[in-house]
This record gives sequence, structure tokens and C-alpha cells, in this order.
Amino acid sequence: MIDIQALFVAVSLMVALGVLLATILAIANKKLHVFEDPRIDVVEGMLPSANCGACGEPGCRAFAEKVVKGGATPGQCTVSSSDGREDIAHFLGVDVGAQEKRVARLACAGGNNVARQRVEYLGLPTCQAAHLVAGGGKGCVWGCLGLGDCERVCDFGAITMNEWGLPVVDEEKCTACNDCVEVCPKDLFSLHPISHKLWVACKNEVFGEDAEIECEVACTACGRCAADAPEGIIEMKNNLAVIDYSKIEKVTDTCIQRCPTGAIVWLGEKGWVKKGVGAKGIIRKTPLPIG
Amino acid sequence: MSLKTFAHGIHPRENKEITALKPIRRFPFPPYFVLLLSQHAGKPAKPIVREGQEVRRGELIAVANGFVSVPIHSPATGVVKKVGTSLDFNGKMAPAIIIIPYPGSLQQVECWQSRDIDHMTPKEIIQGVQDMGMVGLGGAAFPTHVKLTPPKGKTIETLIINGCECEPYLTSDHRVMLEQSDDIMMGIRLLLKGVMAQRAVIAIEANKPDAIELMKKCSEGEKQISVAVFQTKYPQGAEKMLTRALMKKDIPSGGLPADIGCVISNVATVAEIGRLLPRGQGLIERVVTISGRGVQRPGNYFIPIGTPLDFILDQVGLEGRAHQVIFGGPMMGKGVAFLETPITKGISGIVVMADAEHKSRQKIYPCIKCAECVNSCPIHLNPSTLGLLARKDEFDQMAEDFHLFDCFECGCCSYVCPSHIPLVQYFRLAKEAVRKKRSAA
Amino acid sequence: MTSRYLDMEISTSPHLGRGLSVPIIMRNVVYALLPIIGVAVYTFGLSVFFLVFTTLVTCLMAERFICLWTRKPSTIGDYSAAITGILLGLTLPPGFPLWMAALGSVIAMALGKALFGGLGFNPFNPALVGRAFLQAAFPTAITTWSDAFQADRFTTFINTTLTLPFMKAIPDTVSGATALAAMKFDHKLADTYDLFIGNISGSAGETCALVILLGGGYLALRKMLDWRIPVGIFLSVLLVSGLFWWMDPKNPPPLFMLFSGGLMLGAVFMATDMVTSPVTPVGAWIYSGIIGVLVVFIRLFGGLPEGVMYAILLGNAATPLINLMTQPKVYGSVKGGKKD
Repeated sequence: MIDIQALFVAVSLMVALGVLLATILAIANKKLHVFEDPRIDVVEGMLPSANCGACGEPGCRAFAEKVVKGGATPGQCTVSSSDGREDIAHFLGVDVGAQEKRVARLACAGGNNVARQRVEYLGLPTCQAAHLVAGGGKGCVWGCLGLGDCERVCDFGAITMNEWGLPVVDEEKCTACNDCVEVCPKDLFSLHPISHKLWVACKNEVFGEDAEIECEVACTACGRCAADAPEGIIEMKNNLAVIDYSKIEKVTDTCIQRCPTGAIVWLGEKGWVKKGVGAKGIIRKTPLPIG
Repeated sequence: MSLKTFAHGIHPRENKEITALKPIRRFPFPPYFVLLLSQHAGKPAKPIVREGQEVRRGELIAVANGFVSVPIHSPATGVVKKVGTSLDFNGKMAPAIIIIPYPGSLQQVECWQSRDIDHMTPKEIIQGVQDMGMVGLGGAAFPTHVKLTPPKGKTIETLIINGCECEPYLTSDHRVMLEQSDDIMMGIRLLLKGVMAQRAVIAIEANKPDAIELMKKCSEGEKQISVAVFQTKYPQGAEKMLTRALMKKDIPSGGLPADIGCVISNVATVAEIGRLLPRGQGLIERVVTISGRGVQRPGNYFIPIGTPLDFILDQVGLEGRAHQVIFGGPMMGKGVAFLETPITKGISGIVVMADAEHKSRQKIYPCIKCAECVNSCPIHLNPSTLGLLARKDEFDQMAEDFHLFDCFECGCCSYVCPSHIPLVQYFRLAKEAVRKKRSAA
Repeated sequence: MTSRYLDMEISTSPHLGRGLSVPIIMRNVVYALLPIIGVAVYTFGLSVFFLVFTTLVTCLMAERFICLWTRKPSTIGDYSAAITGILLGLTLPPGFPLWMAALGSVIAMALGKALFGGLGFNPFNPALVGRAFLQAAFPTAITTWSDAFQADRFTTFINTTLTLPFMKAIPDTVSGATALAAMKFDHKLADTYDLFIGNISGSAGETCALVILLGGGYLALRKMLDWRIPVGIFLSVLLVSGLFWWMDPKNPPPLFMLFSGGLMLGAVFMATDMVTSPVTPVGAWIYSGIIGVLVVFIRLFGGLPEGVMYAILLGNAATPLINLMTQPKVYGSVKGGKKD
């Protein structure tokens, strides 16, 4: 037989306990409440939650707090789509903030079909490890080692290694988060506004033929681009053409036309690369032999 | 008498017999010299010559740039072709002076000035060591005069002359002890005076009985100088191992030998000091062992500093093809990627490995925690755990909890690892990452 | 000039190696196990041959299949699966049903090893994981023993060997008892000499202490086995059981404890599994001490007559902690606090 009385005692005790604890919780909720701008949660929800750090904040929540407080503009989140940024700006009633999309660019075009690997590197298959072993053994000591640290570090899948062991940046996917810039031991990546069309895809500081021996697309420091460009835009420094991007508006693709190796290029839409008419063609499709 | 030694360590095949009996021979002059301005640890030297200038053998061509820096002297009479850049053995373009020697010159040392060593003060001796461009010839290339200058408040009691030469293949120190014993004795006397030490101990491994005998004979009657014989074991010649084996004292982590009253100097360094300091001459050549199965004429050679590797290999002849060229010994030496790189002051050997000698293509297995590395690490680290952490990029934990920075990359752990895990490479990578992070912070 | 560079390589120092590799070590362990298999087959006959064959082949197949499934390169070549297979077979009773043995092998490879990431990452000895599973799943079959040196052992199977899956085993008419069980339940003490040469009933490979010690000695001489672990286990077992024997002579004598049951096989071949034992020398002593004490306690006070398996598994579990606590003292480290 069921002991009704015991059952009743047990149930009522549980109920009493529940009510008591609920009251404590309710009081604590009121007393200990910290005011937090509810808009932070909303803005955080509108952000891409990539926590990539490209905005300079430790994460999306921190960025949301800063945007709500007015310390940052929605435009500083480079990962959001432009619609997304406008939505946040509209919700908060602030300006989007002019932020041109920036992308990572590689200052090397020396894939293994044009640039010589002098000796074979054996060891851990990462660029950073290879760099510590006599520079990695590539003939051009400035050039891309092609072991793909940047591809692995990219959270957005924006970098893929092409068949010649050179990273190719998908400008649509790139959010300018700076990870590849930091990981590259040869410091070949840098972030540039997408409107910067003129680009020197080389970093070697050797002059003339010596550079060309190591890499067919090396800048030989012939100076033709500097002569053809408007005054002061291209300058030869350490046997390398260096572009002054502060005066970049004036420039057109005329200055790349006489480049003999195609080291200086004009970047088109969707990763399309235009070389000058004077650049020699690259016929080889297979990697150069080591040696 | 039981031999002095330390716990752990390894016994790799020595392969010293290839060159141990070959007397030191002079090397011809190359068609051009490349003198890197940063051959030593510390600040690069400052060039004081211009392109097209004529220089004489032994002439000062670059001066020390600060205290931790040494000058550079011209290895040949000739003309400066370029003051620019050249490849160094790290695969970087580094500032360098390129000199073309005159083919017709007799190439005698023309710049020197004899010194009255009996009346030199300790300070003058140390200054003299810097002026001759002396660095540790054992491999670290640390400016010797800095070592000889103990930090304030520290006194030096013991001078250890390191003739262990524990690296396989290398025999240059061995030959120096046999052929330049008088220079060594003179050097020891000068250094004892320079650092005001009580005693000097010549440390030799038991595998060089002829050198031990000769050194003992030479130090007879010298009250301050004695010879200590060590067990043949790698890395017996490392500073930390020497102090532990000889004096049962540890150099504190991150500290210097001077912290326990020692200065440790390589025999070749001491011999050069003993030979050059009284004459006031600069360091322009050094003894280099060229060995390995990949060379036709292995031996010990006096090679002028700045000689390009290319020329050296031409002279000694390659057996078939060179597979790996190593500056230094095979345990701690650096692989060379570019044959244009020149000999610098710190290179004690060139080992050319043929196919069968090196181990770089072996398959890597997971760590099976066999503890071989733990039982061979002379520093008593735990390379097994460090390696597992490195795989996961836990570099900070490696440095903070597992003493990463005490590792001096002797290579014992990689040598014994049956899984062929490149532990030393992991540690280098980790150190680099931590250093980068610390310098950024 | 560039032809100089043909076939040139660079790699990081050290440029020399000892020429030893994981497969070589593992292969030598297999060599050391071969005589034990031989003696086991000689002692118990046909059934044991097929038992070890089954566990070995099943383990290899399981390893290969797991590699195919996870799309990793095959790891059969490192011989570790072979060791697991042989060891598992040797720890089972001679007449153990083959289908159960196969199941145990699959469990050993899948749960004991692959689940943790394969060789080098398993916290427990895979063979013992397989056996622990079988002990839990088939408690009767794993405690059904048959006598050694039966006359017809090379011509007929022990009648339980060929039991069909999920069928009840045919009741055994001539069931032996292990020395430990006889001691525990009947208070009968076996002769130490019989224990040493293996004239007793027990698991397939655990009976002959002599051949196990020979195999262990070979590996220890080749430095493929940490001698501290078996020695530590033997010492602690002798010490602890000797203490109990001294307090009450009704307890079994230390030498009997040492040579009976799976202690020899466990101490020499399973506790010394590199992956699951501590890396530091001090750790090895602690670890073997723990195992030895546990063995004696389980045998004397536990419900089961044998405790080596659980003792080693518990030792394995303690290994990471032991490793952490016994980090070697680093050269030149400053006492009391970190220096940076």
C-alpha cells in the first residue's frame, strides 16, 4: 500500500525547497544585475563570429562593444559583407565608416617552374622550419618557399597553393586578417587596398642577370618601369622597384609595358594578372629540376 | 684513474680516423675572398675600405662596432672589388667585403707589430685579443675578449682549455694540439695573466692519447697548468658538460661560465692567441678539418678566412656528388645551401656527407615514449614531452614548464630517436617563435 | 657550376642517426616472443597455435582496416599490431574459444589503440584492454583452464576451442586449475620448479617463467626494454608478499608469488610497453613499485585469483601523472622558483 502521508511530505518539501531557491535566484538577479547595453548582443549577432582579429580587437564581442560605444565604425569589420556592415550601421544609426576592402598580396611570382630550388630541403614540411635551415635552399633567398604555411593558417580558405607551389589569394574570401602576413618567414605578404592595381611581385635585391639566373620573373632593377611611370611613383631601392602608393591615383598600366621579366604587374578583377607586352612568356609548365 | 665525465650523452661513430693522422697543410688562395662583416656573434664590423682600394695581407679592413664586436683583417694582398652584400650560411644576404688577391704577390703578412708581452697589463692583453679579431674558433664564434671580461663582481679562478673535440669527423683541434703545442702554452700563459686566474686545465677526451701525452709533457714544470682526461662521449666538449665533469658544478640556467668562476676557451683559439698576440697580428686564417665520405682528399688545412666553399670543394675534390655539405661537425653543424658561402672564423670543419652517411630521408613514426631521448639529454630535459608539445604548437608551455631555453641543440635526442622525430628542429622552431613573441610583447 | 648542386640536400642538425627505428625495436620484441609461442604450443598443443594465430591475424586485419577507414597510410609495417596480437593470444587460456579471441583482438585494436590515435597515443596497453574486455564479457570462458602436457594435445583441439559464436561451451570434463586458483581456493601450493619451467596449467604463454626471462633478457641487453620495470616489479612483489608471508605463513611464499600466474609475462612484456610506461628512470621505479604492490594485494585480498592485468592497467593509468611528477632535474636549474 502506498504511504500517502510520506508521499505528501516528500512532495511538499520539494515544492518548498524549489520556491525558496527560486526566490533567492530572483533576488540575486535583481540585486546583482549588471547593466549591459542590449544592443551589444544584437550587434554581436550581426557580426560574422569569425573572431579573426582583423579589426584589431580580441574578438567579435569586443568589437561589438566598441562599435556600440562609438569607438569603432562597423566598416572596420572587414569580414562582414557590405550589406552586413550597412545593417549594423543602420541599426545603430551611425555611419558605416569608409573602409576600403583590403586583401593580402604576395610579393613573389617565383613558382617552381620559373625559380630554381638549389638544394632539396628535407625536414618538417613548413616554411618556418625550412627557413631556419640555411634559408630553405631556394636560389632566390627572398622568394616563396612554397610549403604552404599561409594556406594552413588562413581561417577563411582564401589561400590555395597553385600547381607551382605559390599561394594564390582569393580576393573575395580574403578578409585582411593579417595571419598570413605574420606567418610568412620571408615576409612576402602585405595587406593592400583592393584598388592598388600596380604591384611588384618580387622582393629580390640582386641586380640584373644574377637575379634572372635564379628566377625568370625576378625584378632585374633595369629601371624601365620607374622611367615610364609618372614622376616619383616608382623608385629603385636596393635593386628593386618600390611603389609609392600615396600617389597611386595617377598611375595607369603604361609603366609595366616595358618590364622585361614581368615582375611588375597590373592586377585586374578576380585575381586576373596582366603583364606588360615586353615581358617574356613563361612556357615551362613543369617544375625546374633541383640544382 | 677513472675518466671524468657527465651523465647521459651518446657515443656516435667518431670517424676521426679519416683525418686524425693528416698534418695541417696550407691551402691555396682562391680567386676571390668574401669577408662577411658579421662572422661573430654581436654587431657586424664596420668596413673602413672603399671599392678599388689596395689592401695588404693582414691589414685592418673593418673595425669593431662596439664592445661585442671584433675587427676583420684582410686575408690577402689584393684589391677591394666590392663593399656590398653576399650570401652567408644562414641563406641571407649579409654585408660583406669582396677582395681579389694579386696573383703575383708573395702573400706575406705585411701588417704586424711585435708586442712586449712580458710587460703587458691584463687589460692590454684583453684589448689585444679584441684587436686581433679573435672569436671562439670552436664554432660559436663568440668574441673572445668578451668572454675574458668577467661581469663585475665575478672573479675567474679556472681557465678551461677545451680540447675535447667531441664532434664526430672533426680533428682540427687534435692536430692543433699536436702541432702547435708551444703556441698553446704561450696562449695559456697570456690568458692566465689576462683573466688573472689561478689555474688552467687542458681538457682532452681519452680518444686522443698522443695529444694528452704531448700536453702533459709541455705542461711539466708549469705549476698552474694541468691536463684533465675525459671519457670519450658526445657532447663532452660543451661548456656545460665540461664544468660538470671537471668541477661538479653547473653553470646556472641562462648564466655564464664566469658565474662559477670559469672561462672556457677552445684550444685552437688559445693557440692562435699564443701565436698572433705577441706579433700583434690579426686573425686571417684558421685550421679547418675537411672530411666525410664525399671528399677525395680529406685532411686538416690552414684556410684563409673568406675562402668560398666552392673553391675549397674544387681543391679537395668531390667523390661523385656532394649530398650534404655541413659547416661544423655533423651533430651541431649547419647544412649549407649555397656553395658561394665563404669560410668564416667560426667554422672548424667542413663535412661532406655521401649517400649512406646521413639520415634525412627516414620515415617519421609517432613518439613511442621509449625514453631514449630522456636518457641521453645531457641537460636532463624531457625531449619526449617537449616534442609532443611542439607538435601541438604549445611553444609557451615548452619555454615556461619544460626549460626549452636550456636546450643547446646538441642533437642527442634526435640522434637516438627510433621514431626519427626531428626534435631539434622542433625546438629551434619553438625557440624562434617564443623569441619573436617576447620581442613583440 | 650549377651542376654541383645536383642532388644536394639540406637538413637540420644532427646529420647523423643511430640507425635504429620503431619497426626494428618492435620486430625484436616479436623475436623475443617467438620462443614463448613455441613453448606454449609445445605445452598445450594445437589449440594454442590456432589461438595465437587467430589473435595475430585478427589484430593485423583490424589495424589495416582501421587505416583504410581513416584514410591513413598503413601502419602494419611497424609491427606494433603484431605484438598486440601475440600478447593477447598468450594471455588467454589455452582452450579459449577462437571467436571470442577474435572479438577481443578487434576490441584491443579499436578501443585500445585506434580510438586514441594509434601507436604512441594509447594510454593503456592494447592487449590488456582486449583481455579486460574478454574478462568482463566472458568470465567463464576466460577462467576455464586445461592441463598442460595432455597426451593428445597435438592431434585434437581442446573441446572449448571451436565453440561457435554465442553458443554455450561444451562442459569441460578435464578442467585444470591454475596454480594461483588452487592456492586461493584450495590452499594447494605448486612446486616452484614446476612453475619455473611451466609444468602447470594457466594462460597459454604465462606458464614457463624461464623462456619469458630469456626473451626479456635479450631485449634488455639490446636496450629495447627498460630493465628497471621488470626488476622493480619483481622486487616489490617479493618484498610485499614476503612481508605477508612473514606475518602469516599461511599466505603463499614470495617465490611462488613471483613465478605463478601472469606475473612474468606481464612484468617483462606488458608493463614494459614503452608507450604506456613512464619515460623517466625514477618514474619507472615508482610505476613498477605500484604494479608490484597492486598485484600482491589483488591476489591476496581481491576476489580474483590473479591481478596482474588490472595492476598493469592501473599502472598505465597512473603513468601520465608519474611522468609529470618525476621530471628530471634540469642542468643548472635554479632551486626554488622559475628563472627567466
